[in-house]
Amino acid sequence: MNCPECDGTINIPDDASVGEIVSCPDCGADFEISKKDGSKVELKRAESVGEDWGE
Amino acid sequence: MSKICIAFDRLRSEEKMLHKEAENLGHGTSMIDVKITQINTESKKSDFDFGDIILERCVSYFRGLHFTACLEFLGVPVINRFDVANNCGNKMFMTLLLKKHGIPTPRTYFSFSKDGAQENLEKIGFPIVIKPVIGSWGRGVIPLKDKDAVDAIFEMREIMDGSHDRIYYLQELIKRPPRDIRVISIGDHAVAAMYRKSSGGFKTNIALGAEPELCEITKEIEDLVSKAAKAMGGGILGVDIMEDEKRGLLVHEVNNTVEFKGLAKVAKRNIPKEMVQFALAYIRK
Repeated sequence: MNCPECDGTINIPDDASVGEIVSCPDCGADFEISKKDGSKVELKRAESVGEDWGE
Repeated sequence: MSKICIAFDRLRSEEKMLHKEAENLGHGTSMIDVKITQINTESKKSDFDFGDIILERCVSYFRGLHFTACLEFLGVPVINRFDVANNCGNKMFMTLLLKKHGIPTPRTYFSFSKDGAQENLEKIGFPIVIKPVIGSWGRGVIPLKDKDAVDAIFEMREIMDGSHDRIYYLQELIKRPPRDIRVISIGDHAVAAMYRKSSGGFKTNIALGAEPELCEITKEIEDLVSKAAKAMGGGILGVDIMEDEKRGLLVHEVNNTVEFKGLAKVAKRNIPKEMVQFALAYIRK
């Protein structure tokens, strides 16, 4: 599918799940898979790394 | 068969591994995205598909902690428990608990203002390591070797004015080989360990590019990890150990939502499977 940011091509693996992060190989933007119904996928901007992220 | 739920806010390979192992064991599974889950004071356990037990796996510490509080309010068993997450999520609370339980840990100095920290430093001297009380992956962990570095870091903290920046956590710089040991503890037992080698700097976090290498779990490591895990309240934890040249093994950190992707590839035991089995045994107790 096309990158919402730069219109580049983002490959979504068949086994990808909702909640997974995909990156645009062209502009580097990260997106979260928000919906997936077969080959129909919706993306939303991924959250940026927070101060409290980690283990 | 019991049903296990994996709560996440960013689906990583660890969460997928846990999901797969639960399915392989023949258990029902569900995945909950905490970011889009709503709970209120009238909520009931039956309103949600939380299964019999939840593995809380949020990458955001505060999100995971507050969600865990809600789960315990609803009476849903969760790993790790709220008090364990709270103990591990704050380096000062964690260090105090380690020391209180007689577990060897680096000498650590606490101050509650910039002036207090400067006074403390005059007594301690250099070098010293400053760490944020909240945070992970080595961020904000800085060795301080002279007064100029201290002035710069302290000034930065005042400008940022984060609520946790007012707490100054200063720790001795340990003389050690350029590596530390990460041990995965499940139910107070060490199940896998690796050396995390520095990629040049003094930090050894895998997230920063440290090279993992399998480490043998000795009796000493097993005992130390067991004590450290019990001190935090048990559950599934990542215990970090440094090898001090004079004092031997020191526990410097215990992590709550432990990452295990790298170690799982080389470990002899199946880490995600053991985590799932521990969770299922937990609800049978």
